[in-house]
Amino acid sequence: MPATDPAIAEVSCLRYGEHEETARELAVDASLDVLEEAGLEGDELDSLFVANAFGMADKQGHVGPLISTAIGAPNVPSSTTEAACASASVAFRHAIAHVRAGMAETALVVGTEKVSHIDTMTATSYFCYGSDYFLEGGVGATFPGLYAAIARAHMDEFGTSEEDMARVAVKNHANGIHNPTAHFQKEIEIGDVLDSYEVAAPLKLYDACPFSDGAAAAIVTTEEKARAMTDTPVTVEASTQRGTIAALSEREDVTEIEGTQLAGQAAFEQAGVSADEVDLFEVHDCFTIAELVAMEDLGLAEPGKAAAMVREGQTKPDGDVPVNASGGLKSKGHPVGATGMGQIYEAVEQLRGEAEGPRQVDGAERVLTHNVGATGGTVTVNILGRGD
Amino acid sequence: MQVPRYWREQSERYKLVGSKCNNCGLRVFPRRSLCPDCRHESQGQMEEVRFEGTGELVTWTRVHEALSDRELETPYLMGIVELDEGPRVTAQIVDLDPEEVEIGMELESRFRKLGEASESGVVHYGYKFGPVVSD
Repeated sequence: MPATDPAIAEVSCLRYGEHEETARELAVDASLDVLEEAGLEGDELDSLFVANAFGMADKQGHVGPLISTAIGAPNVPSSTTEAACASASVAFRHAIAHVRAGMAETALVVGTEKVSHIDTMTATSYFCYGSDYFLEGGVGATFPGLYAAIARAHMDEFGTSEEDMARVAVKNHANGIHNPTAHFQKEIEIGDVLDSYEVAAPLKLYDACPFSDGAAAAIVTTEEKARAMTDTPVTVEASTQRGTIAALSEREDVTEIEGTQLAGQAAFEQAGVSADEVDLFEVHDCFTIAELVAMEDLGLAEPGKAAAMVREGQTKPDGDVPVNASGGLKSKGHPVGATGMGQIYEAVEQLRGEAEGPRQVDGAERVLTHNVGATGGTVTVNILGRGD
Repeated sequence: MQVPRYWREQSERYKLVGSKCNNCGLRVFPRRSLCPDCRHESQGQMEEVRFEGTGELVTWTRVHEALSDRELETPYLMGIVELDEGPRVTAQIVDLDPEEVEIGMELESRFRKLGEASESGVVHYGYKFGPVVSD
């Protein structure tokens, strides 16, 4: 069987924030939305890929069959993926692989998360289980603590300042105002970030993304089928995944994430394009420092130079190198197991020219998404393009 | 953390035990049965070694929100220490005020209480790092 080029026919995204529904209900809502958009019945699917990171919060594992049953497709093969904050993009990649290999013609991918019903300390612990618990969480290194260690090392090595990081938050909040799916739709100033309370020095509350509930989904199918479902399919030019040694302490350099460098290079090679040919970068900014490090690792800036690009406004939606027009994890929110699919949703909106207000990147033809599990143990990169 | 799991980790936690590759000399923490550089050539050549517990601070932070399974007084300092033998260790930094902490400073390990297992009540001990005390 010849390899088949996969495409995205439709996407859906529930507003991120606090929801009363369970993770399971959120997944069903997002799935039904995307099926309706695509004009499909559940039993027309060949595969269902579910992503969820904190299943233990609901004392429920094996959620695949619960979702498939609820969407009227109990016999469709389903599987659930957990890769910390990169769960959804890994599930998306499984769907790509299935379609490419001819194992499925049409797959539904849905990422879901519900954290607002658990206290901050428990949520902090769940996040930490995504790192190397023996070496990190077990000695008191929380998830913000690990990114703070990256930030401190970056400041020491390159002279990055707390204001440099704060500017990332200000820019992403300015974008989030125009995103109806964003958790926060609130403008902030540098002073708000610098004056917010310390979470893990040098990171403050407004350097951190929120804990969000949410779900997002996509229909992944062959280009041919996608064209039958919509006039504006989105092509998958590259979908890559690489790893990094899980524990920060075992890495040679904590100012970079090797998995991002490798997944990025592989994605540009797979798509046959350079970073200059990408119109928007949706990167994993779980903390402000993470956006700067991602820009450097993806080759958008030399090491230590990303902050200057943010300062000069180059990363705004109307700049030369737009980054996180959606508002990013910082403002759009971070429903862990749904985040990667939320990035795909934004990419499709942008490529269709349907992003609201000034967050739309003019004439976007190609969007890169970058999703990181924990501190980089898992990294995925997708390059999506207009298929119309 | 469950008691049996903790028991398995005791020599690392209590004595900073790691591995030395007798093929290339690389030292790693925690213990590994394979050298990350030599791979299959290191099979059967990994020897347990106990580190001296002295090293240099690579990066650090002050954490305000602890984990639910570690009853820690917040805020506390945490950092990555590069041991004199080469490997790096993430640990709490104690006996120092934040103003005194500097990347590159010499630190040495301490044996301290890490926290209690909430269900079993078992007290967990292990390494932390503090300023070098001259003797």
